[in-house]
Amino acid sequence: MKIFQLHLLVIALATVGLLATPALSQVERVEQLPYPPLPEIKVPEPTRVVLDNGMIVLLLEDHELPIVSVSARIRTGARLEPIEKIGLAGLTGTVMRSGGTTTRAGDALDDYLEGKAASIETGISTTAGSASMNCLIDDFEEVVQVFVDVLRNPSFAPEKLAIAKNQIMAGIARQNDNPDGIVKREFTKLVYGKDSPYAAQETYATIGSITREDLIAWHQKYYHPNRVILGLVGDFKTADALALVKRVFGQWPKGPEFTDPEVPFQTSTEAGVYYVEKNDMTQAKIIIGHMGLIRMHPDYHPMVITNQILSGSFGARLFSRIRSKKGLAYDVHGGVGFGWDYPESANFSMSTKTETTQAGIDALIEEADKIMKTDPPTDEEVQNAKASLLNSFVFSVDSPGKVLGNFLTYEYYSYPSDWMTRFRHGIERVTTDQVRRATQQHIKPDQFVILVVGPRKGTASALARYKKVHELDISIPES
Amino acid sequence: MTHTQNHTHSPSVLPHMLATNIIKILPLFFALLVFPASAFSQSLETFEQRVTEHTLKNGWKFILVERPVAPVFAFMTRVDVGSAQEGAGVTGLAHMFEHMAFKGTPRLGTLDYAKEKPALAQLEQAYLAYQQAKFNPQADPQQVEQLRKAFKEKQKAAAQYVKKNEFGDIIEREGGVSLNAFTSADVTGYFYALPSNKVELFAYLESERFMEPVFREFYEERDVVMEERRMRTESRPVGRLLEQFTATSFTAHPYHHPVIGYASDIQSYTMTDAQEFYHTYYVPTNMVTSIVGDINPKTLIPLLEKYFGRIPSSPKSPALRTIEPVSTAEKTITLKDPSQPFYLEGYHKPSMSHKDQPVFDAIDDILTNGRTSRFYRSLIRDKKIAVAAGAYGAYPGEKYPHLWVAYAVPGRGVGNAAVQQAIRDELERLKTDDVTDEELAKFRTRAKARLIYSLNSNLGLAMSLTDYHTLFGDWRELFRYIERFDKVTKADIRRIAKQTFQPSNRVVAQIETASPTPAATPQH
Repeated sequence: MKIFQLHLLVIALATVGLLATPALSQVERVEQLPYPPLPEIKVPEPTRVVLDNGMIVLLLEDHELPIVSVSARIRTGARLEPIEKIGLAGLTGTVMRSGGTTTRAGDALDDYLEGKAASIETGISTTAGSASMNCLIDDFEEVVQVFVDVLRNPSFAPEKLAIAKNQIMAGIARQNDNPDGIVKREFTKLVYGKDSPYAAQETYATIGSITREDLIAWHQKYYHPNRVILGLVGDFKTADALALVKRVFGQWPKGPEFTDPEVPFQTSTEAGVYYVEKNDMTQAKIIIGHMGLIRMHPDYHPMVITNQILSGSFGARLFSRIRSKKGLAYDVHGGVGFGWDYPESANFSMSTKTETTQAGIDALIEEADKIMKTDPPTDEEVQNAKASLLNSFVFSVDSPGKVLGNFLTYEYYSYPSDWMTRFRHGIERVTTDQVRRATQQHIKPDQFVILVVGPRKGTASALARYKKVHELDISIPES
Repeated sequence: MTHTQNHTHSPSVLPHMLATNIIKILPLFFALLVFPASAFSQSLETFEQRVTEHTLKNGWKFILVERPVAPVFAFMTRVDVGSAQEGAGVTGLAHMFEHMAFKGTPRLGTLDYAKEKPALAQLEQAYLAYQQAKFNPQADPQQVEQLRKAFKEKQKAAAQYVKKNEFGDIIEREGGVSLNAFTSADVTGYFYALPSNKVELFAYLESERFMEPVFREFYEERDVVMEERRMRTESRPVGRLLEQFTATSFTAHPYHHPVIGYASDIQSYTMTDAQEFYHTYYVPTNMVTSIVGDINPKTLIPLLEKYFGRIPSSPKSPALRTIEPVSTAEKTITLKDPSQPFYLEGYHKPSMSHKDQPVFDAIDDILTNGRTSRFYRSLIRDKKIAVAAGAYGAYPGEKYPHLWVAYAVPGRGVGNAAVQQAIRDELERLKTDDVTDEELAKFRTRAKARLIYSLNSNLGLAMSLTDYHTLFGDWRELFRYIERFDKVTKADIRRIAKQTFQPSNRVVAQIETASPTPAATPQH
């Protein structure tokens, strides 16, 4: 009864609202809404300068707040580590900053930066080194000299290396505590091969073997201005900021020219069913997939559409069918991953209660099968996906900081600087046929690795129907 | 201050259990970036010129901020209701409603509402009949099974009219991003961003969803939420610990139950329960929306009047009466778990609006913020017994008296006793020795800096403004609040430390490693 009365009241008040604003017509359906044209999107173009020592500098003004933010990419990456020293790049990236410089101890650096509410951080990921700095524009000139000191003259203080090692060791000890970590690690090993530099894991042994000299050597090898791309965005005049950069970075002597070796991304793959026993869960985690693609691939644009149709929105296939309709999962995702310069994985994943492990695996495989064969993307789906990507394009360039970040990425991975525009045009031109053809080609059920992580009880019956289930040992080697 | 979780350089074991979302996202992380006072002094004045406030006749409040950096805008609607408004039997309902707010209205998400409406009514009748029988110990099992089947039939019948996820789909097709929502102990928040030419779409959809939500796919969505509970709480060690910790900490106040809800409640609350919850708490006086970006208040306000003005006024929601009694006994819980040790201890403290809150903010900053913090320097740098240490400034909520929680992640081979002792040493030191001038100065500088940095995101700004409006009655507190930091003295810090860090006011929770045993999982 209460519901009914309220409904009447709503109608009554809607009328009042109408009378109060007679200039606006009533809208019954969302399709009736008018959209004025969006103002033209002006993407600011950073200024690009190459210093005499080979350092590439990108600068972009942003006068909204009195701050400046600097970020550097350095040509290095954990994928270049020797197999017996896995963890070396990460440690170098951490201790470069925490260990201080030859003239500023790590603790003094912490005090200095935090007292100014400024920050300098460094790190090395799989594919790149990074360094960032944030501060008030008034402090720019002073803090940037500390920043260059960190890049050029890190001291790799032994006591800070010990702390960093402690943290990684603790991470190893805890690597089987949460299911997400297990899934990510083991699936990567299965897809890339366990000895692939893209899947290799730190162990107590590899961390134990890394010395301060290793860090120093790594730094000496890779940290030269001709391997650095520096991006600056903030409340400065470009000419002034460039003059400052030339002054503080210009004396950094150019290093040797060399090209990093190509890193093989796949050492082995065996399609099949894999299982990790983890009994302190009330769900099974399921991930199914194989090697994906790089962005430079000619099918990048059609596959972006496929990803959108599978998992890119609330109305996407996996969300609508597996979550909303079947109630099987809270998180369900799927699509082909695109790395900048190496293929990420293509995968379908979800978590579901142990009783529905089988239903979950089946649902994911069914959706893979549908999108590539039995129920390929429709014109409507492709149009909606395109609309979504094109209408939201503005958000990829809605702040100078984002624009500069994009340009840094293109520069680092040798993509054309108009990659953003090409993306937009590429999406505009994609046809349903292209999407279908690409999907058929790049989703490969015969190469599926199926990995289940979950309690023995409950998942065992689901896995019993497979002829062979490879059980993975995830115990942590003590040394 | 509303986001006072300080995480000190941690491996990925930290609990992010304070809120729960419609879809899985990384927790919103408000980066602790930084600033001197000079840059800040004119902030409020210049900022205020870009703000327009507007309150509808029905009581819905809007805070509009012009920030024409790019042709986009973002908004946050903060509803003054959270899991603290739930009673026994319906824990998790606030969060369930949040999920239902994505299911559409009579005009959105349906293939034929004229047929769907009676189908939903029949579905609910069938469910209530089934549930009544199920909970009756004398019921004939065969009859229960029959009723269950009848319910399942009605569920199927109603499902045929559903247009899947049309509400979210429209937003995303029109270029919407960051579409999500969250529920915490105190609050339910809804947000997304759109290109600026779609502002009428926002006004239409956001008013529709709260004017006349249709609870389609309710019982399917309960299963989704149950999976969310399994994932966040049951299958993660720290999730399991926090649920026990929270329940132990509050004896009377509803902060004691989990935001996600207990399994039995998730599996038995009804559409009728959700409808009642909606009528009681989703009233315009509980709603505040902040819209930030490339907007024009002159043309936007008529749209807000037109669309949100359709929603009728309603009586104010009842106030929460229960006050957590003063803690008189120290409590300790130990979870034997097949995972690595983890330690935390919480202390009861007043609500966020208490006059001493700035003192707590200072304590929090000095103990846990960054590499110069006392926890970092003691536990991680000098003693080398932990790999992360920090605090939750307000757990599990901030609107009512709550806990200040210190935590530490012990290093490899280190037990909880060592980190406990180190944390206690630091808390004791606050009682006896003054903090330094440098520590106080750094606390103030960083608070100001954090504020300035928070001004460069439409969504972040919308969230902060609605937070401060709800907690303090005026969004300007976002700027004014930190002025109180200048008045915090060393004596204040000693006083609050002595008052707060007492054994009888304490709840300890820890994970101790048990060897993995086969399949000892909770039953549902």
